[in-house]
Amino acid sequence: MKARTQKLFLIPYYLWIALFVIAPILLIVYYSFLDIYGNFTLKNYRRFFSPVYLEMTLTSFWYALLITLFCLIVAYPTAYLLTRTRYKQLWMLLIIMPSWINLLLKAYAFIGIFGAHGMANALLEVLGIGSRQILYTDFSFIFVAVYIFIPFMILPIFNALDKLDKTYIDAAMDLGASRWQTFLRVIFPLTLNGVKSGCQVVFIPALSLFMLTRLIAGNRVITLGTAVEQQFLVNQDWGMGSTIAVFLVIIMFIIVALSERGVRNGKKAKN
Amino acid sequence: MKKIVRAFTAIFIVSIILIIWVNRLNASEGYTGENTITVFNWGDYIDMDLIKRFEEETGITVIYETFDSNEAMLTKIQQGGTSYDVAVPSEYAVERLKEEGLLYPLDHEKLPNLVNIDERFLDMPYDPGNQYSVPYFWGTVGIAYNTRILGNRTFESWNDLWAPDLRNQILLIDGAREVMGFGLNSLNYSLNDKNPEHLYEAKEKLKKLWPNIKAIVGDEMKMLLVNEEAPVAVTWSGDVSEAMWENEYIDYAVPKEGSNLWFDTMVIPKTADNIDGAHKFINFMLDAEVAAQNTDYIGYATPNKAAMELLDEEVVNDERFYPPDEITEKLEVYESLGKETLALYSELYLQFKMERK
Repeated sequence: MKARTQKLFLIPYYLWIALFVIAPILLIVYYSFLDIYGNFTLKNYRRFFSPVYLEMTLTSFWYALLITLFCLIVAYPTAYLLTRTRYKQLWMLLIIMPSWINLLLKAYAFIGIFGAHGMANALLEVLGIGSRQILYTDFSFIFVAVYIFIPFMILPIFNALDKLDKTYIDAAMDLGASRWQTFLRVIFPLTLNGVKSGCQVVFIPALSLFMLTRLIAGNRVITLGTAVEQQFLVNQDWGMGSTIAVFLVIIMFIIVALSERGVRNGKKAKN
Repeated sequence: MKKIVRAFTAIFIVSIILIIWVNRLNASEGYTGENTITVFNWGDYIDMDLIKRFEEETGITVIYETFDSNEAMLTKIQQGGTSYDVAVPSEYAVERLKEEGLLYPLDHEKLPNLVNIDERFLDMPYDPGNQYSVPYFWGTVGIAYNTRILGNRTFESWNDLWAPDLRNQILLIDGAREVMGFGLNSLNYSLNDKNPEHLYEAKEKLKKLWPNIKAIVGDEMKMLLVNEEAPVAVTWSGDVSEAMWENEYIDYAVPKEGSNLWFDTMVIPKTADNIDGAHKFINFMLDAEVAAQNTDYIGYATPNKAAMELLDEEVVNDERFYPPDEITEKLEVYESLGKETLALYSELYLQFKMERK
């Protein structure tokens, strides 16, 4: 009886996986073999390996890497300080709150702030630096992307740090490690799992960002996400759009697999 | 376990009761196929007072829904979940709907007000004989510029955009056909050109424009123009006329080499339930007085000749938005390029976007 009810509970889960994970991926793979007239073709894959798309893949990677890196640089100390504050749950809530606001709304707000006559430039003017172009630069693109992704990076790192047994730190200190050594040899390795899941959660969506590339970067940054959007909406070339999506899925799998392996090795080392 | 089952059953029953109740309410309010029409239009693209007036005059209830892009509208009509009776696609979307057999032909006998439309805008290549569509508003693609920043500078030719002193001063609207179109126009080719050599030539020429381009943007163009983010922009006349209300220094020009002439049109999609009501609505919108009031509200150029007589002289004589014949002659409507050429346009446009350095 018990086993049967357990299986019963699993049905919605299996259905969910089949309908919303496996079926879409299969559909994407299927479409990636069709040309614009719906005939079978391998041309889309050949097109993907042309300089235009390869360059686009490289740019996407580069920007996603930068975004993840800056997220990590900001998020780790923040999460670390958070665990030391008195009202950590309240602070956490305040940090998560902006992610409840619609992305588009936040992007529009940044257009206003970074604009030629916006707040940021007014501030620079007052400081005597003089106004300069902020919107539609690499800087603004990475800044806004980092701002948007930061809560997703802080959350797993915070959880890992919060769960960290304080006695490890005490032990390290007792054994004569400096603060820096404690951090480098004890705290950081033990929270590596949080860092990894944070990086995954940021890097993968950052790879396919598309709205910000237009709104904040003014199409001066073109990512794979932009190309997917254009292929589907403008060209109605679902084949090429799907081919790019297939590569995004493959890249995602590779990243997850690589970081999982890293995690396992890390665990082994701990033992 | 029992509790969960009970809770689920309760929710299920409540939902069913609610559905029945909503249906009843809809029926008593007159929201049935017979007496309602669903209008599917762009956001903020009609004077809502006119809908009230239509409801009072005909006793038909109007359900009004909006979309923000032709593609989104196409998809919704293709899926067919909602019974849209009247939709307002742009001319290239009309062609696509037509090709996919998603439109009902219009019964011209039920549209006596069609005589109000200027003959110049009837029988266009995207819909010969206006079998499926009636023009709603029209406009052009051109150059918007800020006279406060640029002084007396004018833009008579597309090639003026390539002036070296405009470095980092130009915004472009993010559309493959718009950008490739003015690239072709600047070389004196047609913006419907299908010759790949001409298209490559246009792309190479556009590439040289990069130092002058500040950004390639979408709907936020209006806001950027008003905020003077950049003094020059290539965009649709509709956006410009709206921006002008908020910033008096903005001016607009259609270059002499020619440009695009666009239409938003009214059609009856295959999803329609109330075809008779849809015709009544379209005919109502074609009425001279109604169209004049609507034009006053929207600020786009109306194809309604009879309505133009009722509008302010100043508006109708504004050659920027109601260009004289010698300019309209050079304007071209986007023709359906066929999937292959369209893909080439987009591919080249993507390449142009990638090659900024």
